[in-house]
Amino acid sequence: MTVLASFDLSRTPLRDVNRFLHRELGDTTHVRIERPDGAHSIAVGLDAPVRVDVDGHAGYYAAGMNKHATVVVHGNAGPGVAENMMSGTVRVKGFASVSAGASARGGLLVVEGDCGLRCGISLKGADIVVGGSVGSFSMFMAQAGRLVVCGDAGDALGDSLYEAVIYVRGEVKSLGADARFEDMTDADLTAVAGLLAQAGLRHDPREFRRIASARSLYHWNVDANQEY
Amino acid sequence: MKIQREESWGYDARTLDYIRHASATGLYEIRGLGAKRRVPHFDDLLFLAASLSRYPLEGYRERCSTKTVLGTRFATKPIELAIPITIAGMSFGSLSANVKEALGRAATEAGTSTTTGDGGMTEEERGSSKTLVYQCLPSRYGFDPDHVRRADAIEVVIGQGAKPGGGGMLLGQKVNPRVAAMRTLPEGVDQRSACRHPDWTGPDDLAIKIRELREITDWEKPIYVKVGATRTFHDVKLAVHSGADVVVVDGMQGGTAATQTVFIEHVGIPTLAAVRQAVDALEDLGMKDEVQLIVSGGIRTGADVAKALAMGADAVSIGQGVLMALGCNSDAWIRGARDDGSGGEHVRCDDDYAALGAAPGYCHHCHTGQCPVGVTTQDAVLEQRLQPPVGARRVRNYLKTMAMEVSTIARACGKQDVHHLEREDLVALTVEAAAMAGVPLAGTDWVPGR
Repeated sequence: MTVLASFDLSRTPLRDVNRFLHRELGDTTHVRIERPDGAHSIAVGLDAPVRVDVDGHAGYYAAGMNKHATVVVHGNAGPGVAENMMSGTVRVKGFASVSAGASARGGLLVVEGDCGLRCGISLKGADIVVGGSVGSFSMFMAQAGRLVVCGDAGDALGDSLYEAVIYVRGEVKSLGADARFEDMTDADLTAVAGLLAQAGLRHDPREFRRIASARSLYHWNVDANQEY
Repeated sequence: MKIQREESWGYDARTLDYIRHASATGLYEIRGLGAKRRVPHFDDLLFLAASLSRYPLEGYRERCSTKTVLGTRFATKPIELAIPITIAGMSFGSLSANVKEALGRAATEAGTSTTTGDGGMTEEERGSSKTLVYQCLPSRYGFDPDHVRRADAIEVVIGQGAKPGGGGMLLGQKVNPRVAAMRTLPEGVDQRSACRHPDWTGPDDLAIKIRELREITDWEKPIYVKVGATRTFHDVKLAVHSGADVVVVDGMQGGTAATQTVFIEHVGIPTLAAVRQAVDALEDLGMKDEVQLIVSGGIRTGADVAKALAMGADAVSIGQGVLMALGCNSDAWIRGARDDGSGGEHVRCDDDYAALGAAPGYCHHCHTGQCPVGVTTQDAVLEQRLQPPVGARRVRNYLKTMAMEVSTIARACGKQDVHHLEREDLVALTVEAAAMAGVPLAGTDWVPGR
């Protein structure tokens, strides 16, 4: 049974809304946040399997450090949406600004539109699916996890990657240090198909290319003369 | 024929070693600990204490408070410490789990806080630390909202005195399975700790980041901002504008687990200069009593602590000093100590130092992971050389000694509270120290630049 709670952020202070989400959920299974008007830190630090709908645009760090919850932003999201997410799902119906999913360790972030710079920077295990394109420096120093980009990618994609993997359907302006294209395996096709299905996006996985680390920076190499 | 032995100032033994190493390897040196060069420091200051013009308190009997409260600006649960000496952030990875447990136990017994580091929070550390500060670093290795909630304060690390602007590294030899799992990286790989945070850039963003941390913690926990000492006056102001409850300023003498020597010796400013700039910034903003200042970088003794407080710090933070207390650079480790950490047999380890190309008293090989006394290692055998009870006892004694020294000096200066020590109680031994600290040259009323 769905138990709904609603807040109007133009009337209720954000601090009270977050406190409710942290400490006073009780039997509530669904929270609707109206008139967010780009407020920062909406629904951060959640630690329960609750659904939160944000009816409008969110500012910085929407659903930051999420655990278990499903958060849907019915608009655009500012920098750092779902940063350091541990589990759960965060969906942005519009566009996301810089650093989407930064350092996220688990869960799924879906951005139906485009993402700005540094999407998936420092990623540590989460999955990110972007319906549109991603900006430059995306997946910088990403350690684990997967990024699926249905559109194009900007400059320096995957710079200094560790074990994270990127799949891009469109053009890649340039790869970053130590990132390289690799052949798609059956496992990659299955992974992309699964992620697209979770995101509710319909594309042929065979249209995607795989980018991963060449692992040549895993140990500092003096002979590279810093010309990576 | 007489052999001339006049050493060149410009090409002394140290410089020759550097050139020979560079020419032989094509590699810059990476090492641990802090700056070895002589820079103006707290040693260059003296206390005036009381005489006819000031009235002292009796040496150790009259009450002199060392209580220290941090995080009173916005946090609803500020931290209360028994002494103004805290333990600095040092990572699990650079240090063993035994050491982290020992530090937590020592801090708890001394009534102070310890701090996590670049590698996340271990259960050993949380379990043994009554008051634990949780660092939020650029790498976000192991960063976990559950740990945010379990922490007593959050420290957003912008930089470190040993390497401001430089990020960090943990060489592959220290990355054992547990460290790798905590950091979500493969075993044995050199781990870069990023020099920039992934989700914010600049002070305006930092203000929003701090508010996110406050929202997550329901505004309960103090938020510290730590900066490596460079443009300290401006950085402290920006940290305050960003909403910090506490600003931590780490001078160039601060230590590191592994960084390029060129960074350690040539980047940043001395702690003495930094603390004065930090206090000037707080006073300029009218925030001296609202935002607390913690100073670190080369604090070794009770005298250093007292001088930092007199300069205007609210507390100090110590890293290398506690490593030395644990046994760093000792010629022996302890086997078979009693449960309270006393007793035991001293086991010499000169050969282990020699195998590293070092010797007791000269070692800075933390980066190798082969610490002969079991402090900065992840090696399963070596880490057993430092057992938590031994480490806890040593560090507790060290903290206790320094706290007593601070209050002894404070009493001699006529203060009933160590936080009443003031710049007026100090003079400088050198022109440089006088200029940096903003106190008169001893025997004069001359403050250079004023």
